[in-house]
Amino acid sequence: MTVRTAGETQAGDVFGPVTVEVGRDTLVAYAHASGDQNPIHQDEDFAKSVGLPDVIAHGMWTLGAAGSVVSDWAGGADRVVEFGTRFTKPVVVPAAGAQVRVEGVVKAVDQDTRRATVEVTASADGAKVLGRCIAIVQLD
Amino acid sequence: MSETSVVNTDFVGRTYPPSGPYAVSAADIAAFADAVGSDDPMHRDAEVARAAGHPDVIAPPTFAVTLGQKCDREYILDPEAGIDYSRVVHGEQRFVHHRPIAAGDELLGELTVDAIRMAGGHAMITTRTELTAGGEPVCTSTSTIVVRGGEDQ
Repeated sequence: MTVRTAGETQAGDVFGPVTVEVGRDTLVAYAHASGDQNPIHQDEDFAKSVGLPDVIAHGMWTLGAAGSVVSDWAGGADRVVEFGTRFTKPVVVPAAGAQVRVEGVVKAVDQDTRRATVEVTASADGAKVLGRCIAIVQLD
Repeated sequence: MSETSVVNTDFVGRTYPPSGPYAVSAADIAAFADAVGSDDPMHRDAEVARAAGHPDVIAPPTFAVTLGQKCDREYILDPEAGIDYSRVVHGEQRFVHHRPIAAGDELLGELTVDAIRMAGGHAMITTRTELTAGGEPVCTSTSTIVVRGGEDQ
């Protein structure tokens, strides 16, 4: 991967949208990898029994998937030096799977530190699922 | 009547002794990268990671949550804390990376309860985990969980 440079990056630059597929198998893999085995992310009957429309993705899976898109744009996972969000809405994952659309816009670039502030939007079924999702990216 | 969450606000400001060490393996990193769909070779190829200045394969930027949640456990499960885990949802999460987490790391995590806010019968608890290796800062992971109050009307 080639690392993006601060010189080639400016406020207003956009990337994506990237469409990320999420299936029940994705959530099982994330549960094992993260240690979060809450059944609302795997068991449809359980999820519905607690009032959810269906299985929902881990909020942290969604943020992780968004992080992968940002890392790819930056040119390396080590370039995402700060990353955070509010979880505003769950991603509902029916048996047939779902799609999350991830896009980003550069809000500012500090040419002295070569750090870019990126606002990330993630949406599913047309609704935003992450709020105030901001990454600080160290460029070359 | 809706029931207000009974989270104990006396815990605000409490810092726990560091927990761990938590060993990070290349297999842990690869499995996490697979699950979040990151195909960056620095997660799987140590030579690529070393060429970028890292000691071994590095973790995706959200991997630290797995360690932060282990560090939270002593607090969350303390009956005195008054947290009904079945009513917990993740509200916010933020990472500040001082350097990437790499395979071979043995990380300690020091948990502090930064804030507990009550709103509309819910409790919003912000915890911060300082992950360190050999006394050096690695990652600050800040998490806000929401403990929903009872919703019986």
